[in-house]
Amino acid sequence: MSDAITAEGLVKRYGEVTALDGLSFAVPQGTVLALLGPNGAGKTTTVRVLTTLLRPDGGRATVAGCDVVGDARRLRSSIGLSGQYAAVDEHLTGAENLEMIGRLYHLGARRSKARARELLERFDLTDAADRPVKGYSGGMRRRIDLAGALVADPPVLFLDEPTTGLDPRARAALWDAISELVAAGSTLLLTTQYMEEADHLADQIMVVDHGRAIARGTADELKDQIGGNRIELTVTDAAELETARQTLARFAVGAVRTVPESLQITAPVTDGPESLRQVLGLLADAGVRVRDAGLRRPTLDDVYLTLTGHQASGTDPQAREAAR
Amino acid sequence: MNALTMPIADGWTIARRNTLKIRRSPDLLGSAIMFPIVFVLMFAYVFGSVIDVPGMSYREFLLPGIFVQAVIMSAQITGYTLTLDLQKGIFDRFRSLPMAPSGVLIGQTVSDLLMNLASLVVMAVMGLIVGWRVHTSPYEAVLGFGLLLLFAYAFSWFTAAVALALRTPESFNNIATMLSFPLMFISNAFLDSSALPTPLRVVAEWNPVSTITQAVRDLFGNTSTAMKTSDAWPLHHAIPAALLWIAVILVVFIPLATRLYKKAVSA
Ligand SMILES: Nc1ncnc2c1ncn2[C@@H]1O[C@H](COP(=O)(O)OP(=O)(O)OP(=O)(O)O)[C@@H](O)[C@H]1O
Ligand SMILES: [Mg+2]
Repeated sequence: MSDAITAEGLVKRYGEVTALDGLSFAVPQGTVLALLGPNGAGKTTTVRVLTTLLRPDGGRATVAGCDVVGDARRLRSSIGLSGQYAAVDEHLTGAENLEMIGRLYHLGARRSKARARELLERFDLTDAADRPVKGYSGGMRRRIDLAGALVADPPVLFLDEPTTGLDPRARAALWDAISELVAAGSTLLLTTQYMEEADHLADQIMVVDHGRAIARGTADELKDQIGGNRIELTVTDAAELETARQTLARFAVGAVRTVPESLQITAPVTDGPESLRQVLGLLADAGVRVRDAGLRRPTLDDVYLTLTGHQASGTDPQAREAAR
Repeated sequence: MNALTMPIADGWTIARRNTLKIRRSPDLLGSAIMFPIVFVLMFAYVFGSVIDVPGMSYREFLLPGIFVQAVIMSAQITGYTLTLDLQKGIFDRFRSLPMAPSGVLIGQTVSDLLMNLASLVVMAVMGLIVGWRVHTSPYEAVLGFGLLLLFAYAFSWFTAAVALALRTPESFNNIATMLSFPLMFISNAFLDSSALPTPLRVVAEWNPVSTITQAVRDLFGNTSTAMKTSDAWPLHHAIPAALLWIAVILVVFIPLATRLYKKAVSA
């Protein structure tokens, strides 16, 4: 299987800020890569470089076999882009926007028109099709912009935070559309702040911070990478939180995370069931009333917080855990 | 689609988009059509009642000036909408599509031309109503309108360059007002420029607006032998001078606007 997207040592600087600091990755054809990372990590910059909107200061990248700098025009006929901020014309109707995009992909007038109607239906915008986008809600704009990315059924798709601002129904519809496209052979690079989305859609996840990849792998690989099971406890009284924390800390193989607002304590452990039994025994002896206790696999949220927390401050105990 | 037809096809798509946009914006449409009407009426009846040009009616003298002035006024509108577009994400969309990059400015200038054509028709009808007439052959009349449209097309490349250099609607509006007023009023568009004091007269004689206006007057026959003709070359040979101006504007501002466009959208 060949790679639909390759990036080697991409560098992009904005004055003092290094937005991309030697980023390398490859996305095999027909798969989905999710970029995860905090605000300012360089996700949008990566998307803009790969879609020829920005010229990199260093490194090389190809999309559908075309170089992003040397072969930009040919590259553009193979991609669909929906950027972080909707790029549609406010004065045009939804249908006119999509038709215009179809014509600019050189689909011809008739196919552009038909395709516009098809996509409006798919994104549940038929009722609004002939109204100027100016009067659309935020989520409707988002949807018409996403539809714009799909007009030409491009083999490689770039979606920058596609579901931000969408209601659950629209999000589910988009996920379906994406799954269908990928099943039909399209390649997708998406950025997201929702772990659930990455978990659901992505074959590979790359966690980015300060323009560098700090982890990559499948969702399961990333979860394994930060340790095995978690014990999660909820106590009844805030006064018991500290005792519970100390008890759990004796079994923890990494940082103990306390959420005082919800009276919750979480810590990674080895040999989960045995540790949980012992912790509960000790807490019962100490007279701590446990409202809820359980064992769970790390979520991508854990991965994300552990990894990006590590970048934010090197002395953080979570960081040492992540570095192991 | 090859390298020659693609910019034209894409330019046409963008021009269609711009005209839809203008049709949807009553304020833009209003200013494009209303301004010339108001100007024809105001100058014909207000100024026309006090200004005298030797040997002919002021309205006959005035209309070619109004035609040229309307081109400059409508350019302010389309330049302004270009800067508004720049602040939205739509150019990112265009740049991610396999269209000819030149299509964007070709489309912009073509839709400007269509708008100018529409307002020219409105003004000509208004002119005929208030007593303006063409005194030459139909052939020369067509050339007169052709020259106006050619000038309008060239001028919109100039406008695009200014808009793309300034990039924000506020600064464009300021500069456009500062540039267009002297351009329109230190000219022969509304007055017989030979009556102006010397420094202003020289500026007016070499002002491209005067050249174009004079060329259009010559082609429509809105001239009078009783009027003192200027010795300045551009007014004496107004038609070739007008064509020269148009050629110079196109040669300078097509490449310049194209370069500024690339710079403005990749920032
Ligand atoms: N046009 C610009 N001028 C200056 N700095 C910029 C520009 N665009 C991005 N940056 C900087 O580059 C870095 C990466 O930005 P980028 O937009 O790629 O982040 P992101 O991961 O998409 O963040 P978010 O989650 O907020 O969308 C940030 O530090 C940002 O301040
Ligand atoms: Mg972003």
